Amino acid sequence: MILFEALYVAPPALTAQAPILVIAGPLIGACAAALSPGGRTAWMVSVLTAAFALWMAVAVAGEVAREGVIDYALGGFAPPMGIALRIDALGATMALLVASIGVMGALYSGHALESEVKAEKRTLFQSGYLLCLAGFLGLVFTGDAFNAFVFLEVSSIGTYALVAVGEARDRRALPAAFSYLIFGTVGATLYVLGVGFLYAATGTLNMVDMAMRLATLGDNSAVQAGLAFVVAGLGVKAAMFPLHGWLPGAYAGAPSLVSMFLAATATKAAIYLIIRFVFDVFPEGEFGEVFLSWILAPLAAAAVIICSVQAIFENEVRRILAFSSVAQVGFILLGVSLATPAGLSAGMFYLVAHALMKGALFMAVGAFAVSVRARTVEDFSGIAREAPWSAAAFGVGAASLAGVPLTMGFLAKWSLVSAALQAGEIWIVAVLAIGSLLTLIYVGRMLEVMFFRAPVRGAERAREAPVGVLAPLFVLAGLSLWFGVDATLPASMANASASALVGAAP
Amino acid sequence: MNVAVTHFNYLAAVVLMMIGLYVLFSTGNLIKRMIGLALFQTSTALFYISLGKVSGGTAAIRIYADSPEARALAAQLDPAYVQQFGVGGVVYSNPLPHVLILTAIVVGVATLSVGLSIAVRIREAYGTVEAGEIEAVARVDAAGAGRGP
Amino acid sequence: MSSGELLILLTLALPLFSAAVSYAVGRMPDVRETLTLVACIGLCIITIAMFMRVGAGDAPELVIAQPMSGLEIAFRLEPLGALFAVMASVLWAVNSLFSIGYMRGAREANQTRFYVCFALAMFGVMGVAMAANLFTLFIFYEALTLATYPLVTHKGDAAARRAGRIYLATLVGASVVLFLPGIIGVASVAGSTTFTPGGLLPGTTSVVIENVLLLLLVFGAAKAALIPLHGWLPAAMVAPAPVSALLHAVAVVKAGVFTILKISAYIFGPELITALPAATWILWLAAATIVIASLVALTKDDLKARLAWSTVGQLAYITSAAMLPFASGLVAGGLHMVMHAVAKITLFICAGAIYVATGAAKVSEMGGAGRRMPILLTFFFIASLSVIGLPPMGGMWSKFLLVDASFGSGEWLTAAAMIVSSLLSVAYLLPVAFNALFAPAGVKGPEFTRPGGVPGAALTAAGVTAIGCLALFVAAEFIADYLEPLGAFTLMEAAP
Repeated sequence: MILFEALYVAPPALTAQAPILVIAGPLIGACAAALSPGGRTAWMVSVLTAAFALWMAVAVAGEVAREGVIDYALGGFAPPMGIALRIDALGATMALLVASIGVMGALYSGHALESEVKAEKRTLFQSGYLLCLAGFLGLVFTGDAFNAFVFLEVSSIGTYALVAVGEARDRRALPAAFSYLIFGTVGATLYVLGVGFLYAATGTLNMVDMAMRLATLGDNSAVQAGLAFVVAGLGVKAAMFPLHGWLPGAYAGAPSLVSMFLAATATKAAIYLIIRFVFDVFPEGEFGEVFLSWILAPLAAAAVIICSVQAIFENEVRRILAFSSVAQVGFILLGVSLATPAGLSAGMFYLVAHALMKGALFMAVGAFAVSVRARTVEDFSGIAREAPWSAAAFGVGAASLAGVPLTMGFLAKWSLVSAALQAGEIWIVAVLAIGSLLTLIYVGRMLEVMFFRAPVRGAERAREAPVGVLAPLFVLAGLSLWFGVDATLPASMANASASALVGAAP
Repeated sequence: MNVAVTHFNYLAAVVLMMIGLYVLFSTGNLIKRMIGLALFQTSTALFYISLGKVSGGTAAIRIYADSPEARALAAQLDPAYVQQFGVGGVVYSNPLPHVLILTAIVVGVATLSVGLSIAVRIREAYGTVEAGEIEAVARVDAAGAGRGP
Repeated sequence: MSSGELLILLTLALPLFSAAVSYAVGRMPDVRETLTLVACIGLCIITIAMFMRVGAGDAPELVIAQPMSGLEIAFRLEPLGALFAVMASVLWAVNSLFSIGYMRGAREANQTRFYVCFALAMFGVMGVAMAANLFTLFIFYEALTLATYPLVTHKGDAAARRAGRIYLATLVGASVVLFLPGIIGVASVAGSTTFTPGGLLPGTTSVVIENVLLLLLVFGAAKAALIPLHGWLPAAMVAPAPVSALLHAVAVVKAGVFTILKISAYIFGPELITALPAATWILWLAAATIVIASLVALTKDDLKARLAWSTVGQLAYITSAAMLPFASGLVAGGLHMVMHAVAKITLFICAGAIYVATGAAKVSEMGGAGRRMPILLTFFFIASLSVIGLPPMGGMWSKFLLVDASFGSGEWLTAAAMIVSSLLSVAYLLPVAFNALFAPAGVKGPEFTRPGGVPGAALTAAGVTAIGCLALFVAAEFIADYLEPLGAFTLMEAAP
């Protein structure tokens, strides 16, 4: 975060209001996009709004780097009575990530939508996209447990619709979106129920206030039930194993832009909220430790192994990437479950790395989809010869996913294993090693087919995607490479996030 | 037994929730599933409203002490309760959970409408709203050719 | 930029450049191959220049990047690495000559990809040779694996693909599951992975962890083909002969044992190795590998398979050397690395040349082959002697030093295994040359299937390396002296 300290990107008056503008901007943009006359205008609204959100997020990050924590009372009502935004290094990091991916997605949507979304749906699509963006950004900024639910649902309702739009390419998107809606709503309702328990026990919804009151409450079964409901509910949204059933279908069916956006931000935002609850709200003591080491860690390990194996036996590229996402969430949560500064920092670093690489992978799949209808691994035979640039970017993303040296994914795995070794959790090291090996198998299979097979005779020929699609794709793939050689920026942000949660970082 | 009587509203919330969940996971009909989901969400609403209800409390609209309204309220209350707190003090329920659940209901309605509209689209695309039949068609889709010759 | 940094950069850049140029002019085979040869010779000159500087006591260094604290991509030259770089680049040049003859003679497809991947593999080898820390070594070690994969599957048929899968699965699998955790383990106990004269680990952690790390790192370097991680090497023999010659007799497998030597010398240090029971277990396993591989080699009729199994055994000699308690073991190991490389590449070139000229790939088909190819089989004979370890060949000295070091440190089992295996190698190598050269009058030998018989380029290449085997008999002392600094630290510390 130190890098942001000297960064003054907006005038002071604007910076003071930046936390709410980050959220309000996309919300207003969503309305504007919905009202705009055509897909083209909506797209421009989308790009401008996302860029504005990123600008404000950078301004907030600068403030956080200087001040540590920003408390912003909505409408001037001071917490705990009013709703408060509370932004620390973790929140600022997440907002930067979400907003950057948001900008890349908005740019990408200019051309990528043409092959995957019907023309008359594009204005509303952009509206839904901005709604999601607003939801995720609100989620990472809010300091109020119930407010978090509202943002969670704002983003979720947007994503249900966005996934369903994928029917233009593959009608299986519709049942997938429906099942996502059912799972997601059950999860959100469980979350509300949990917050209700916590409110009953503490009489407050402000997370900081709640944490203080919980600390004095002692052993209380209502509180524990509440926390359990909260985590279970968020676990559904974060696709935490075994609550991930909705994810493969949704990612496979959704338009590539949506898969990319969801993989890079949706599950991440939910993971953020889990981390927030576990480390900031959970009372100190046995309950949290038992949760981390006996529930979170084993489930994350199971996700890593089982879902990687499922990805190996899957035949559709999008579904392989989707199962891989569940497994990668397991990697992130394994780091978090260590509960050490190094472990949390590694988890956050992995989260950023995964957002970048999975974003690049889904974007590349979308770039192929511009010209061909390719679903199974075999459909991608020899596509590297027909669309070399997209394939190269896919290769970079895949290399990062597999943890090839000189990519960000390698450093992410390296710091995870180091953190596990430092914490003395040898079994986690073993799980990470086996998980990486399984990842290599399915990544290797995709790359082998793309780069070394000849195209199927008589199949449609793929063409290179237009520059508007390639540019954001290259930014994400390039960042995966750049951060693999010089990881100062993400590493310092991850460290700052970890120290905001549990004290000094390594 | 005593708990069951004093906390019957909570029990009702739990029973509703279970019914909702059961409907949600036992039926293959997408519309019925949405009904189950709505029940499930409603149970949470009941839970929240129960949380905020203070026995004998009235809606959180300010009533001045010793006004006719206050006396009328007191007349409805348990005399022992009135003796303890006096007629002058008006007891209000906690408005916050009620306001919260208002928000949650709005969210629930939005979800419901999105869910139902997806069900409509599914009906258009697959000709059915039964999960089993949709899966059968989806399996055919999955086997269908992608970029084949 | 200092001249040392420039040398290191050039060493890395030249193979990359060669790969790019080969790709660019792929349509013109003559230009492509001429430029490849030019690059080879250039690389030889550069590595020899580096070799001289290191011999003069200089240690050029270059730091490229530092992705995270404690993780550096850096290069630093030391005697073992300089020797490895020279050996690989000289043999690359010889082998390129052979490749040109073989690939044209056998009319292989996808020749451009072949040359590109070859140059990329050399890039990996140079990086491994010059790496200043385990992390950098790991990067180039993996690059080497990936660059050689298309070479192994060059034929593109089902058998080649299957072999490719075994190749990748074993090498990458061992790297990810064993080697990488081992490296991260070293980094987390010692704070860095820099190769340090005298050892990085001594005094940083407990004996149990040291043992675990040694096992992880030695087994993780699966390119050293220690049983039970040897399966990829015989499988990789589906590749064209030049690939087997350079990569699976020289570059890839030697990168494996080189890694083990480096780990022994610079991560653990000879003294720590002495104290670790895990080193003794590895010695036993290596002894078993030596004997088993030689026995299996006896049963193989396919000449390349026989040579591959022989390589498995010879690599275990070097692994043993790295685990021997005395610094003399390291010197003997380094020496054997060179001796075996030169001899084995000769054998592979001969095998490839026989295949191109007559189509014979099996030992049983080669009786009387010497009638038509007397010079080639003489070269084969010379190299066989060197592998067995008989004078006046270079292989004799390294075997002598190895057995001597084993006896000296009381490792009777290792010494016995080496002697038994030498006898076995007489049994699996000499009959090939004898039956070909001195066949009974009735045996006609295989016919030439290609006009002109043995390609001239291949014959020249085999000649150069066969003469190398003889020359190394004289040069052995020079190399041993050159490697002396490897052991200097232990000798100094052991004195009081």
